[in-house]
Amino acid sequence: MYKIDVGKKILSANEEYALKNSQFLTKRKILCLNMISSPGSGKTTILIRTINELKGQIKIGVIEGDVQTDLDAEKIRATKAPVVQIETKGACHLSAAQVSGALENLPVDNLDLIFIENVGNLVCPSAFELGETSKIAVLSVAEGDDKPVKYPAIFARSKVLLINKTDFLGAGVQVDFDIERVKADARKLNKGIEIFAISAKTGEGMTGWYDWLKKKVKNLQTG
Amino acid sequence: MHETMVAQSLFSTISEESAKQNAKPISAKISCGTLNTINNETLCFAFEAIAKGTICEGIKLEVEHKPIQGRCLNCNESFTVVLSNPSCPKCKNKEFDLLPDAPLMLEEIEFQTE
Repeated sequence: MYKIDVGKKILSANEEYALKNSQFLTKRKILCLNMISSPGSGKTTILIRTINELKGQIKIGVIEGDVQTDLDAEKIRATKAPVVQIETKGACHLSAAQVSGALENLPVDNLDLIFIENVGNLVCPSAFELGETSKIAVLSVAEGDDKPVKYPAIFARSKVLLINKTDFLGAGVQVDFDIERVKADARKLNKGIEIFAISAKTGEGMTGWYDWLKKKVKNLQTG
Repeated sequence: MHETMVAQSLFSTISEESAKQNAKPISAKISCGTLNTINNETLCFAFEAIAKGTICEGIKLEVEHKPIQGRCLNCNESFTVVLSNPSCPKCKNKEFDLLPDAPLMLEEIEFQTE
């Protein structure tokens, strides 16, 4: 028996594509945000409202990742924003190679911002770099306030946490969700994380999120 | 479940190395950080399924987990971060910087000699 030292990154093939995507986006000064959450946290609803309310201010494109169907892409298409659907056919996360293919099918010369809506899953997508500028975590109040402690990886790695469906709180709905606990737990792992409490349904709290997006897009284009 | 893709990449690399060595691989050592969220059983199960009927069948995978480290902003101590309730073991301060997580690596492969 004999051993050889390999010392190779196992996901190097994915990382090569991620680097390629990152260079592609940087060259065109496009902000790219990889949205990660459980299924049903409201990512698509957040995107639709964001696209509609920032019309004329930020040119937004979307890459939709789902295990099956192009239902989400259909919804985004209704906003007139350019969208590419990736169907992972069972895979629990998007890969950088899939995103690379999707970027070729977006009108990138006419975009300021690309959202990647990852497959709904709080664990796996956080382990795969896609070449994005930043990750955005979305947590809806119905999921419970223990998620940053139970699924720390995504909260440790995200630039922004959107706490969605805040209209459930104080609406007579029985939801055990201590928003201050979530903020404190997320900040334990990630001091600089920006947290916005929003309701994409009613529009409450979205202004802070829009201001953050506008600032980031501006910094990237003038920086 | 992302272990399936990790297992697939691992399988490709080990197969390539085995072809280069022209030898049968017996075991492989892998290391990973906390944020890679690798579950050993899931990874081994996925690898077994992929490796069946190939030169990689029967390989024993050894996974070393390297816990994520932090640096205390008060006393500068480096320490292993317990993600569920992190604090500095020296001064008990809860303010710290997370240090870069260890990447997912194929460290070594052991081969059979004829």
